[in-house]
Amino acid sequence: MVEFALPKNSKLQKGKEFSAPKNAARVKRFEVYRWNPDTGENPRIDIFHIDLDSCGPMILDAVLKIKNEIDATLAFRRSCREGVCGSCAMNVNGKNTLVCTKAIEEYEGTIKIFPLPHMDVIKDLVADMTNFYAQYASIKPWIETQTAAPDRERLQSKEERKKLDGLYECVLCACCSTSCPSYWWNSDKYLGPAVLLQAARWLEDSRDENAGERLDELEDPYKLYRCHTIMSCTDTCPKGLNPAKAIADIKKLMAVRQQG
Amino acid sequence: MDYQTPLAKVRGLGSAKAGTGHFWMQRITAITLIPLSLWMVSFTQQLLNATHQDIIIWLSGPLDTTLAVVWVIAAFYHAALGLQVVIEDYVHTEWIKISSIWAMKLTFLFFGLAAIVAIFKISMIG
Repeated sequence: MVEFALPKNSKLQKGKEFSAPKNAARVKRFEVYRWNPDTGENPRIDIFHIDLDSCGPMILDAVLKIKNEIDATLAFRRSCREGVCGSCAMNVNGKNTLVCTKAIEEYEGTIKIFPLPHMDVIKDLVADMTNFYAQYASIKPWIETQTAAPDRERLQSKEERKKLDGLYECVLCACCSTSCPSYWWNSDKYLGPAVLLQAARWLEDSRDENAGERLDELEDPYKLYRCHTIMSCTDTCPKGLNPAKAIADIKKLMAVRQQG
Repeated sequence: MDYQTPLAKVRGLGSAKAGTGHFWMQRITAITLIPLSLWMVSFTQQLLNATHQDIIIWLSGPLDTTLAVVWVIAAFYHAALGLQVVIEDYVHTEWIKISSIWAMKLTFLFFGLAAIVAIFKISMIG
């Protein structure tokens, strides 16, 4: 059955509190989820008071400041710091986002930073993405053809290329999938919005010749049809994409293939 | 120990090649139920102030008998499809899930048939 309460070893405890320098004028309070697999202790919430005058503008800057200047043991992922690598996905004040693209100014009061929801935690803000990446691999995110490879590039008209807009921009940060209640309950079988958006991307690609086989693989009560159009995915996507529509488009293809 | 690769776990037993019919019928029954339920509401509203004899006469009309039977089929079918989704979402122990889905479906089938028998009984015998 679905677990509605946290198991005992996941219950949050009060952690350490780090105050800002005495002369700090603009202080912001950050609450950060901490968990270390090596100590055997329950996860805790550490409180950091940060002087915004000596901190960059984005939430990632604050997280980096914590790691560099206050507590070097804080674990998190980051790379590009400009919203194209998808590494720094976290849950900020209850909403998943890329912390490198969110300004501290956008949030009033305390900023609460947690790892992506309903994922196994490796340490602190680092979620285990193994299942997510395996699901991505399972939809064969590459071009598949029957026709012999041409001597030059596979051509695509501007109109055909346009169909990939809104799909190719996805950076696979998993903000959408981990905001989806259906994915929370059934992530072992439901592919989730991010992977289904990628599936739609390859179904839409005019150069791909395996649409039928792709639909065959997706036609499953769990892989695809666990989507109940809750729309959390579209609401949370830090890239402004619409995974819910991509999934609806796949369902439409399924219906047309069967009814048409 | 578990040495199965993440991809093997995700691919599992493969696609069930099912679900589209369920998805489609849930929408078809939902749309069908809009006009049917408007009729049902107006019909039951009339029943509030009617005598037993009036009700029997109304329900015996061929159109009303048909509409009542179609409403029962659509409503019970739609409810069973919806409950199936709820069970699939929240029940994860395979044998409990499969048996509760079938228990639910057969219960709905029984009550649906009982409702249809009742409608025909009123319609034919009075």
